[in-house]
Amino acid sequence: MSTQEKGQVMTANRLGDGEVVFLTRAGVWSEKIDDAALVQEPLALAAIDARAAQDAKANLITGQYLFDAARVDGRIRADHIRERIRTLGPTVREDLGKQSEGKAGAFAAVEL
Amino acid sequence: MYRYDEFDAQFVAERTAQFRDQANRRLSGALTEDEFRPLRLMNGLYLQLHAYMLRVAIPYGTFSGKQMHQLAMIADKYDRGYGHFTTRQNIQYNWIKLEDTADILQALADVEMHAIQTSGNCIRNVTTDHWAGAAADEIADPRPVGELIRQWSSLHPEFSYLPRKFKIAITGAPTDRAAVRVHDIGLRLHKNLAGQNGWEVMVGGGQGRTPLIAVTVRDFLPENELIGYLEAIMRVYNLYGRRDNKYKARIKILVHEIGAEKFRAEVEAEYAKHPAQQTQVEEAELARIAKYFAAPDFETLPRMSNRLDMARLANPDFKRWTKNNLAAHFKDGYAIVNISLKPVGGIPGDATSEQMRVMADLAKTYSFDELRVSHAQNIVLPHVKLDDVFAVWQKLSEHDLAAANYGLAGDIIACPGLDYCSLATARAIPIAQAISRKFADVDVQENYGALKINISGCINACGHHHVGHIGILGLDKKGEEYYQITLGGSSSENASIGNILGPGFAAHEVPEAIENILSTYVKLRQGKAEDFLSAYRRLGAKPFKEALYAAA
Repeated sequence: MSTQEKGQVMTANRLGDGEVVFLTRAGVWSEKIDDAALVQEPLALAAIDARAAQDAKANLITGQYLFDAARVDGRIRADHIRERIRTLGPTVREDLGKQSEGKAGAFAAVEL
Repeated sequence: MYRYDEFDAQFVAERTAQFRDQANRRLSGALTEDEFRPLRLMNGLYLQLHAYMLRVAIPYGTFSGKQMHQLAMIADKYDRGYGHFTTRQNIQYNWIKLEDTADILQALADVEMHAIQTSGNCIRNVTTDHWAGAAADEIADPRPVGELIRQWSSLHPEFSYLPRKFKIAITGAPTDRAAVRVHDIGLRLHKNLAGQNGWEVMVGGGQGRTPLIAVTVRDFLPENELIGYLEAIMRVYNLYGRRDNKYKARIKILVHEIGAEKFRAEVEAEYAKHPAQQTQVEEAELARIAKYFAAPDFETLPRMSNRLDMARLANPDFKRWTKNNLAAHFKDGYAIVNISLKPVGGIPGDATSEQMRVMADLAKTYSFDELRVSHAQNIVLPHVKLDDVFAVWQKLSEHDLAAANYGLAGDIIACPGLDYCSLATARAIPIAQAISRKFADVDVQENYGALKINISGCINACGHHHVGHIGILGLDKKGEEYYQITLGGSSSENASIGNILGPGFAAHEVPEAIENILSTYVKLRQGKAEDFLSAYRRLGAKPFKEALYAAA
């Protein structure tokens, strides 16, 4: 893997349909992890935290939290397998979820 | 099968309307997530990894073709064309929208179904033997008592905010197919020398992070005292069960902390406070409920079927399937047909909407419109004429439903694991699939004999790994999945908790490790009559440990 920029991504589920979403730099929620803001600085983290809390209150999303990730070759890779599965869909049903809808992250749940 | 009376129907309709209002208030922001979460959980709606998940109750695992058709309709209209049958004899949908949920609950109510008490700290959906009312070895059908408990426990105000969830399992047969010793309360029917029926009451079993076998608190409780006695148990638990620590809140912790003797004394003291004549269930009410479970209108048939025997002779695949997937019915000329939802490399417990419709139609045509779901995630047609078995098999074969592995190595229990579940620490389904592919050859499976391989994707043990003859628990080690193997568990009448064999394995190493264990068993068994569990109990863990870890 080439140059890595490490940081955190804010994620949640959309309230109405439960879809996994990620907070972007523009402060909106995207279904694609590659749109997400990868944040490192404490001030920026506080800002996305506040944004997520506000959107939870505004009934856009629910269950928001931060996870560790890195930018690898220009794409965002979640550190943990759980979050990579959330960017794809079930590994046992590749016909379902983001991976079947052109919204997948670039990294497999398990790299061989 | 139980039919809703006017009270049931009104109650479920009101509950659906109530949830519609709650969901709308959540979507509009009138309710916060913290306020809404317990309300949605009381209606079986969870938030999982990819979407909301709806868990639908199938009380005591019994349902009709019409109900299965409606489950298929819901899968198509509101989900992704399939459903997942669970170890709690429920069905779960994985791609549900909050916006649709009230409509789904209405669709369920239309066929006398609901999702009440499939979640939350209440008395959950009662589970039972999936062969109830059909098994040759049964003393009596346990489902009327299951229904009695359902009616008593549904939204019972005193027991809606227990320290923790509460699961009751019930069996009417000496062979335990309902895992009663690993439930909060297990009930087993006995007949005394006078020919009367009575219930053995077991308390404090469970799996999860603290697996324990239930202790018997009453050997023989008359049936009409059952509700009064259960109430006494619930009161003792409600009073003394720990609420300070979620991990110590189940009744099993209470029973094993204060000891069986003290617990029994507390229950008996509580029970003595309420005069039996006030708490006894009236004979008429028991009889009313029992009527709904009356045996169907069986024909008088010879014990054997020429048609079945001829088909067996002509078709080796069919012959093999009948050997593994049929079970003895109490009525001559009938069989219990076990439909394995475990095709080679498949996802245990998953069925497509089309498969659901096929099974529903088979039930309607050949099994008095009755289906069962088993805790091993299979479907049962409980009452099929021997003469019809070949026709059933032909139809099943056309829809990838004729796996001949019932009760064998390929009949694996697996929870949804990290592919779907937000609590999971590792995936369970891919491990099941890999093992299933490794033992794809049914000859190999038959050589290994009766075997339960159970896989859970976290310590909560929805995949029953503690009571698998071979249990596999998926854990997380610094972001990597790894799997702990336990041997010697059993959920049957000789229940036991499996022992951890040694250090865990990476996912890709698991199938070979299982093969290694089974080869060791084959080498050391005293003939094929000694099944894996018996051999393990005789031999202990040592030879298996040596086989697995010696090379390393």
